[in-house]
Amino acid sequence: MQRLGEKYQSVEAFGWAARDSSGHLSPFVFSRRETGEEEVRVKVLYCGVCHSDLHCLKNEWHSSIYPLVPGHEIVGEVTEIGRKVSKFSIGDKIGVGCIVDSCRACESCREDQENYCTKSVATYNGVHYDGTVNYGGYSDHIVVDERYAVKIPHTLPLASAAPLLCAGISMYSPMKYFGLAGPGKHIGIVGLGGLGHIGVRFAKAFGSKVTVVSSTAGKSKDALEIFGADGFLVSTDEDQMQAAMGTMDGIIDTVSASHPILPLIGLLKPSGKLVLLGATEKPFDLHAFSLILGRKSIAGSAIGGIKETQEMINFAAEHGIKAEIETISMEYVNTAMDRLAKGDVRYRFVIDIANTLTVTRS
Amino acid sequence: MAKSPETEHPNKAFGWAAKDKSGVLTPFHFSRRDNGDNDVTVKILYCGVCHTDLHTIKNDWGFSYYPVVPGHEIVGIATKVGKNVTKFREGDRVGVGVITGSCQSCESCNQDLENYCPQMSFTYNSIGSDGTKTYGGYSESIVVDQRFVLQFPEGLPSDSGAPLLCAGITVYSPMKYYGMTEPGKHLGVAGLGGLGHVAVKIGKAFGLKVTVISSSPSKEDEAINRLGADSFLVSSDPQKMKAAIGTMDYIIDTVSAVHALFPLLGLLKVNGKLVTLGLPEKPLELPIFPLVLGRKMVGGSDIGGMKETQEMLEFCAKHNITADIELIKMDEINTAMERLAKSDVRYRFVIDVANSLSPP
Repeated sequence: MQRLGEKYQSVEAFGWAARDSSGHLSPFVFSRRETGEEEVRVKVLYCGVCHSDLHCLKNEWHSSIYPLVPGHEIVGEVTEIGRKVSKFSIGDKIGVGCIVDSCRACESCREDQENYCTKSVATYNGVHYDGTVNYGGYSDHIVVDERYAVKIPHTLPLASAAPLLCAGISMYSPMKYFGLAGPGKHIGIVGLGGLGHIGVRFAKAFGSKVTVVSSTAGKSKDALEIFGADGFLVSTDEDQMQAAMGTMDGIIDTVSASHPILPLIGLLKPSGKLVLLGATEKPFDLHAFSLILGRKSIAGSAIGGIKETQEMINFAAEHGIKAEIETISMEYVNTAMDRLAKGDVRYRFVIDIANTLTVTRS
Repeated sequence: MAKSPETEHPNKAFGWAAKDKSGVLTPFHFSRRDNGDNDVTVKILYCGVCHTDLHTIKNDWGFSYYPVVPGHEIVGIATKVGKNVTKFREGDRVGVGVITGSCQSCESCNQDLENYCPQMSFTYNSIGSDGTKTYGGYSESIVVDQRFVLQFPEGLPSDSGAPLLCAGITVYSPMKYYGMTEPGKHLGVAGLGGLGHVAVKIGKAFGLKVTVISSSPSKEDEAINRLGADSFLVSSDPQKMKAAIGTMDYIIDTVSAVHALFPLLGLLKVNGKLVTLGLPEKPLELPIFPLVLGRKMVGGSDIGGMKETQEMLEFCAKHNITADIELIKMDEINTAMERLAKSDVRYRFVIDVANSLSPP
């Protein structure tokens, strides 16, 4: 019996999938469609491990479809192009991020903000327009419409470019949109993880002053010496937080767990903006006074559009910005997930797919 | 020995004050300072009754210093101007709003945003720049630094123009700052009271499509026929709210009680903005998913700076925007406060101070 997602398509594929919400990954034989007219087939070289992969594997958002092949920070090489493809040639190094399709007609799509299209299709655990379930980048290859892939300039090392496709754009987009990028701006970045560390590098490249706000005092050295932050605040240290009140033009908050935002609002200057990236189910307590007295605002942001992702990649190439990664083999992925759950990674795992994903059949 | 309100300053003054958190207002003798070189003395003609006056006399926010003489929507005539005063002459019709002091040297003050100065002082219930307590517009006259006095434009009536000094600027300022003024865009106004009804008029003047969002179906006729709103959405009707999902570019939320933000955020389009102006006593619940999935924003705003308050008055004069008021006498104020607590007013009380405040 054919279940949703297991409709046999013409090209055999191989990857690692979780079969249930234990999230445990293991070898998985599946199939992908033929390369469409406007599509490219990509041999996956590297795939970043995003915290979303972990949330999804464990069905924390109650929408996971198993078997689930995660991975949306994909860097690979084009091996086949459809006859109408104009953006890429065989051999090109390209990236695929969090979405692989959208409605292409709504206002968001028309304004190159496919990430806000209500019908956008996720790279993994999303449902393609032909009804098949999408499998992500923890696999040997992927097929994608050329509109949703970006070119990786040859000056960017591939493995450390992979996390830019989700973590990178997630930080770049709000910095630009909310006017926090540039000399004279003081940005706070809350959380020094996969997103936060890249955010510091982007912000410094923009010429902004950057303060990292973290609950982990031990990250101070990396923040200041490796990533170039100008300051570091321990969020649990009331004196430090008090002294920094009213000093920031904007804050990008990468923390995904529920946490108090009143102290963060206090760090903002008048007219300051707090941008939240981590979507939690539980609402936050909002003290209206804290926004009103100082004309402050809170907004959300989610990845970025494809055009903007290309712009971000080009910017990263120009400024030598890459993620700080720990390259792992495919076999190590379950251990990596356990470590990621504890925040034990500096600062992104990237799976060396090409060299370590070996086809096995059970 | 500490000075009493009557002897604190050289000039006798008279008004009505609340003495404790019962909030009952009664005649009150106090005093005002001499008119300094930078000051304007204003004989008060009218004073609007703002919901903040009610919150303050009842000590809802916990920082009332009794006796409290409320009133920060003041229109009057300049009777004295200090020698450094250039903007006003005796006989000018002037307004005084929510703030009467600031440091005048910080970044906010230098950007004409005195309302965000950390040392800003309020027209009443505040410590002014001279270190003494401020008393507001439920009184015969007031002495104010020229920086905090406004020219009342010709053509703008003194009585129905008075509420613009708080209600008007409170909605005008965020509409300008958050870019909620693009003609053809769709504005939702949540809550139809003192602020809400002015927001509808200002929204229409900006060329916006305006929908009033209210829990009271009975307000629909007025909203559309009297105030000029384009449509009316009953917030307690789940079907109507569902049909309106993702249709609004902006929302001005004037509701002062604790209320749910989730349904309002749902009404916004992608990149939509909600400005919250009410000051509830407890925190609101802020759902995060709608913000992240639609890049939506919730912002606050607090009155406006002096320069933009003047700009707002000119704008309202040009577009014939005034508040819908019920004129009352000073001795009717306690009844008015009771009615205000029940939202029983269309849509602002204004005290006819000059004609009804009589010292014994």
